[in-house]
Amino acid sequence: MRKLVETCITAFSWIALFLLIAALFTLIAYLVQKGASSIELGLFFGDTSPLDALMLKRQVFDGLFPAIAGTLFLIIGSMLIAIPIGVAGGVYLAEYCRGKMKPLFNLTFDILAGVPSIVVGLAGLLLTIVLNRHFPGQIAPCLLLSCCCLALLVLPYLIRTTQTALESIDPLIRKTAPALGASRLQNITQVLLPHSINDIVSGIILATGRCAEDTAVIMLTGVVATAGFPRSLFGQYEALPFYIYYISSQYTGPDELAQGFGAAIILLLLCIGLLALALWIQRRFTSFLLFR
Amino acid sequence: MLRSYSLSEYTFLTAAVFSGMLTAAVFCFLFYFGLPLLQSGQLADLLFSSWSPGKGLYGIYPMLLSSLTLASLSMLISFPVSIGCSFIITALAPIRLRRVLLAMIRVMTGIPTVVYSFAALFFLVPLMRNLIGHGSGMSILTAAPVLALVIAPTMILFFVNSFNKVSPRFTLAAEALGCTKIQKILYVILPQAWPGVINGVLLGFGRAMGDTMVSLMLAGNSTAVPEAVTDSARTLTAHIALVLAFDFDSMEFKSIFVCGLCLYLLTASLMLLFRLSTAYFSKGR
Repeated sequence: MRKLVETCITAFSWIALFLLIAALFTLIAYLVQKGASSIELGLFFGDTSPLDALMLKRQVFDGLFPAIAGTLFLIIGSMLIAIPIGVAGGVYLAEYCRGKMKPLFNLTFDILAGVPSIVVGLAGLLLTIVLNRHFPGQIAPCLLLSCCCLALLVLPYLIRTTQTALESIDPLIRKTAPALGASRLQNITQVLLPHSINDIVSGIILATGRCAEDTAVIMLTGVVATAGFPRSLFGQYEALPFYIYYISSQYTGPDELAQGFGAAIILLLLCIGLLALALWIQRRFTSFLLFR
Repeated sequence: MLRSYSLSEYTFLTAAVFSGMLTAAVFCFLFYFGLPLLQSGQLADLLFSSWSPGKGLYGIYPMLLSSLTLASLSMLISFPVSIGCSFIITALAPIRLRRVLLAMIRVMTGIPTVVYSFAALFFLVPLMRNLIGHGSGMSILTAAPVLALVIAPTMILFFVNSFNKVSPRFTLAAEALGCTKIQKILYVILPQAWPGVINGVLLGFGRAMGDTMVSLMLAGNSTAVPEAVTDSARTLTAHIALVLAFDFDSMEFKSIFVCGLCLYLLTASLMLLFRLSTAYFSKGR
């Protein structure tokens, strides 16, 4: 009887794995099959010549260039906000925080990590409404607001990865520099952070991937279907994930649909690329940085 | 001890406190905007009546029900698959295959949900339309497998992680006694690591409740109370995502905050449960 149960569970596990892989590859193969033909220069720049578009001489109307630029600006902006706060917060939790405050902070960041992204976006929208009451007509959903909300979304990940990376350092390494007379800050900036840099960097890249893919936050905080190349921090903008969502509900013909599939493939490649980079860094970066 | 309260510590402290305050700020925003509704004593009405703005009913009961149904259904699909996969990655597969599979699962966590939903919208929805025989093909049953695919990697990684934490003293002893791989998992690792399994399920359920794009694009967004899993339905997250369709002073818009509060409190209490059970089980060791 036991033998039978064991065999059944083994068989079941393999079937489960097969199902997961089959589902994944069916969806991706379908995407590639539909979208591969649309990936060419025209997908990015439409009828505009690529050089003019890149030099911002002419607007691109039927290409993905504005959306890709918008996504890049989102990533850069939110990371500029999130990295300093996140890493500093993580350092505080790992190195300074003692006593009863620590579990409280841990719980707070766990809750923040669990808050659905759409709720973060809603909070951003409410912020504009509040600000609008005090400064009527000046505040509208914009690129800066989206960056702030995305930063808030990835903040707990950054804090957590920094904290875990620092806490898992060997006590031997942790105590050497202070024993030689280094101050606490010197120990952190010159020994502990460089030592765990690969974990922190891969955490940052994972957070970047989340910024690139998240749709729910930006759709409440200023993304629109057609805005052109983002010209100002306080203007509306386009972004890849929202473009994909928009096409899925509003496409008018097979050409637009093919563009949507193309955009989905590009976003998929971007996110998988970032993730592969993070995994690779976790393996290789240490030796590269520490033993140069 | 004076030196420990230096400028640098204050900088780090500020960053941590600031991030912590943001968590509270999100809640306060939702609460502040939802307060007029809560004060007017309509909370029960809002939670348990249906959504028909024509009749002046703005209850979020259909969305709450859809969210819970969809999350539970996708957990029902995702849990067996995840636990099976984590068995394979922990022990059943040859060691090289394990590494490849683990890397694949980690890459899966990075696939954008909007890409999954987009592919499923044009692949799965027509299939379901033929299968169900009526409606648009967008239903809870269409969204559930895709949502299961989205939350599976998170759960698998968590399960594998907690299985690997079981001390090698136990697993090596089991191997020395001549256990097969599946026996090692079932009789040694699983009894040790089952709190991890429960925690993984809590995390997965939280993610399933919080996901927007899958339900927004695949579940159909009908505001009626879903009577069967083949019905079109709108989840709490999708309801919030459609907020911009409403006027900012309208009752519809105000009910959004109750949705947001609901989601916030649900995910926060799941997290609290997760923390408590982690603390409880690690103390029990």
